Amino acid sequence: MQDMCPRDIVGDYTEHRLRYFDGSQRTVLVSETETPYPEGRLIVSRTDLDGVLTHVNQSFVDMAGYTKQELIGTPHSILRHPDMPRAAFADLWQTVTAGKPWQGYVKNLRKDGGYYWVLATVIPNVRQGRVVSYTSVRRKPSRGKVEEHTALYRKLRMEEDQ
Amino acid sequence: MTLQFAISPDFPPEHIAGWYIFNTWLQRTLDCAIHLQLYDNFNTLRKAIESDRLDLVYANPFDASLLIREKHFMSLARADNLQDEAIILTADQHPARHIEDLCPDTIIAATDVPDIEMMGMIMIEPADLNRDNTQLVTCDNYVMVAKQLLNGEADIGFFLAEAFDSLSDLVKKQLRPLVRSQIQVIHHSLMAGPVLHDRHTALMTLLSTMDTSEKGRGVLDALKISRWIPIDQEDSEFMIDLMDTLMID
Ligand SMILES: Cc1cc2nc3c(=O)[nH]c(=O)nc-3n(C[C@H](O)[C@H](O)[C@H](O)COP(=O)(O)O)c2cc1C
Repeated sequence: MQDMCPRDIVGDYTEHRLRYFDGSQRTVLVSETETPYPEGRLIVSRTDLDGVLTHVNQSFVDMAGYTKQELIGTPHSILRHPDMPRAAFADLWQTVTAGKPWQGYVKNLRKDGGYYWVLATVIPNVRQGRVVSYTSVRRKPSRGKVEEHTALYRKLRMEEDQ
Repeated sequence: MTLQFAISPDFPPEHIAGWYIFNTWLQRTLDCAIHLQLYDNFNTLRKAIESDRLDLVYANPFDASLLIREKHFMSLARADNLQDEAIILTADQHPARHIEDLCPDTIIAATDVPDIEMMGMIMIEPADLNRDNTQLVTCDNYVMVAKQLLNGEADIGFFLAEAFDSLSDLVKKQLRPLVRSQIQVIHHSLMAGPVLHDRHTALMTLLSTMDTSEKGRGVLDALKISRWIPIDQEDSEFMIDLMDTLMID
């Protein structure tokens, strides 16, 4: 994945180097601007078995800030925010590859450097008895849960950095 | 052999004649006898599905998974102009202006329509409300839900968006929408069971071209459906996957 581009960022930002599960690296630019969850909407995506995006709905496009063309064919980790602990995604992948649904709170990174919080559910899609893809549907989290997870993830990140 | 056709109990009562007209059209078109069975609640419909008594169903999205994944039904079509979207309302005098203003012990009025109840429950989650810290009052129809709100007996009501839109202006003026879903991919579907699989493609074509003949248009008018849109199997699988993610809590 390409590094994030200062030209796309709105407002002040900090720079972070993320190392992904496959060993690749990318520079992400992060601002403190939160985009509120769109009322009444679901943010929907589908990936192949490797976590590469194959379908996104309009709310996904609106919230991520990338075009649909930029998203399809790209790893879902294009949205990974440096404040998210690795443990959350390790748990996600462990759960869904075991054929089970996963649910959790996720802080996602937008193309413009801002972020948005979601309550995400990921399920394996079973066709003729085989898992062929994964679907994720996100909904609006409560403020209380967002605050709780902000603190929890900060603690987990600190432990992971040690 | 007489085929058994059921429609989801949440059809608007004024469409009942329309469904009988549609059934007559289906019998002529397929050249076989079809019995239209009405169920007055979702439980009895579910029992009929579970005991393999049905061959055609106009199904609520909530029953789609059971029909397709367990009973080997295949989707035929959905109504072009109908989508299942939910709206949460309060009485105009109620202090809540946003979902987040709602407190534990909120009293919810709703019908027994399962997909609307599910969407309503999801839309109150941002206030940390769920089945355990709210009280659900089940009403026979949306007019009764509105009454509960206007009488101050319930704090919020879950409505099918269309049902709210079709309330009288007098009632609508006394109610305030807090949130309206915009999911766009959840809808009722007409589905056919295994006995009809060999006629599936033919049936899909007949339905999707219904609006091109005068007779067909008359039948659709009676149902207040503009036209049938064919649904392929993967579209219904996608909707079921989405419903599955929403049923996990
Ligand atoms: C269906 C599905 C949806 C996902 N949604 C997100 C998401 O919204 N944000 C995110 O950061 N990671 C999401 N992930 C996890 C990513 O695939 C990835 O594991 C994560 O971004 C961390 O990157 P890494 O595993 O390369 O370290 C999703 C995975 C799946 C299978």
